[in-house]
Amino acid sequence: MKQSGAAGRLATLRLLVQRFAFLSLIVGAVALMILGKADILLIERTRALVADALAPLLDAMARPAATVAQITDSFHELANLRAENARLKDENVRLMHWQTVARRLDSENVVLHEQLNVIPDPDPAFVTARVIGDLGSAFGHSMLLGAGSKDGVRKGQAVLSGEALVGHIAEVGLRSSRLLLLTDINARIPVLVESTRTRAILVGDNSARPRLNYIAGSPTISVGDRVVTAASGGAFPPGLPIGVISSITDGIIRVEPFIQRHRLEFVSVVDFGLGGILPFERPPPPERRRRGREE
Amino acid sequence: MKPSVWVKMDTWVRHLIPFGVTLFLLLLTAVPTHLPGLSGIAPMLPLMGVYYWAIYRPDLLPAWLAFVIGLLCDIVDGTPLGVIGLVMLLVQGVAASQRKFFLGKSFAVTWWAFGLLTAGAIGLAWVLVSLILGRSIDPTAVIFEYLMTLCSFPLLTWALARTQMAFLRDA
Repeated sequence: MKQSGAAGRLATLRLLVQRFAFLSLIVGAVALMILGKADILLIERTRALVADALAPLLDAMARPAATVAQITDSFHELANLRAENARLKDENVRLMHWQTVARRLDSENVVLHEQLNVIPDPDPAFVTARVIGDLGSAFGHSMLLGAGSKDGVRKGQAVLSGEALVGHIAEVGLRSSRLLLLTDINARIPVLVESTRTRAILVGDNSARPRLNYIAGSPTISVGDRVVTAASGGAFPPGLPIGVISSITDGIIRVEPFIQRHRLEFVSVVDFGLGGILPFERPPPPERRRRGREE
Repeated sequence: MKPSVWVKMDTWVRHLIPFGVTLFLLLLTAVPTHLPGLSGIAPMLPLMGVYYWAIYRPDLLPAWLAFVIGLLCDIVDGTPLGVIGLVMLLVQGVAASQRKFFLGKSFAVTWWAFGLLTAGAIGLAWVLVSLILGRSIDPTAVIFEYLMTLCSFPLLTWALARTQMAFLRDA
């Protein structure tokens, strides 16, 4: 009788401890959210550390997936060979015309550069990184790359696929980094509508087509206009292609990006020597001088 | 008779399986599938793992492990730290407290309950992320993600049940 009473008390105690542990975990989660909101460096470091630890696993899992995708792709291509050939011939004719135009403009440009003594833009350094994680969540559009600070990737650098802008580096670990796509709700990119040279900000909202906001002046923007990066803010070099205007409804202008997210397997992380869209890590504090060591 | 070291180790490894499988599901969500349209609405596989084990083996995937998986989800997915952690914790808590109701019930009931619970979970995640970012997220993608999660539940439950039969039959 006495024993069962003791056991009962023990069970109650255990239940209480469990409840308490559960409640403290809830409080812990809320505390983490608040800490994360305050942008503590510690949280960022921890995220990068864990991502680094998971990177080899993700990399190993990404490779077979890429192979399967390649195989299905090649079947698809085989099936559409004729149509694709016709389309390419058509496109080739158009491109030949553009090539002539480009050659003429290029030679003209060289002459003008010489006459004006233009200092050429430095050739940017770049790192090519494999996409090891594509985070298919409705709450954010980002990717994990298999290259980190050890390979020269820095926070804020532009990420390109071919010539088109994909996004920028948001977090950097030692051997992995997070690429924030330009469609993410946190992405803000200063852009230029090419035909009218209108400045605007491209604002991601987690949909496939980001919005064009804060348009300077009241220009006539029409569907099909190309959108490229602007130099304002020193975030990206000017002129990187982003996409075309896809729709204008009720004053909301949406841009269809050139990049196709599901096709990204390798991307280049480019160091244009600019500050990037995010400030780089804070410069180290000036060394404190101690008395007696100054001589 | 005391079990030998090997038997102990064997049991220990078997008992790690629920956590291991859920972790694997988490990594699986992050694999680039190269399928057009899937990115952005991929099903929340780890949520199903947490739900399944909370009902059938809550001793092997307790609340704190569900919380750890949620935090890892946050880190891999890039959501604000703590959001999915809290969601997973609550899903585990609710499912484990109602497990007596589920045991012996038909699959349809489990599925239906999962639908309700996931709706709450994804809704909560949506509210939390929107609050933290200070802007509301486009709900269409969230609804599609919910439907995807709901549709992949039977397949995943089948796989998880096979895993449980294969490795955790003894205890």
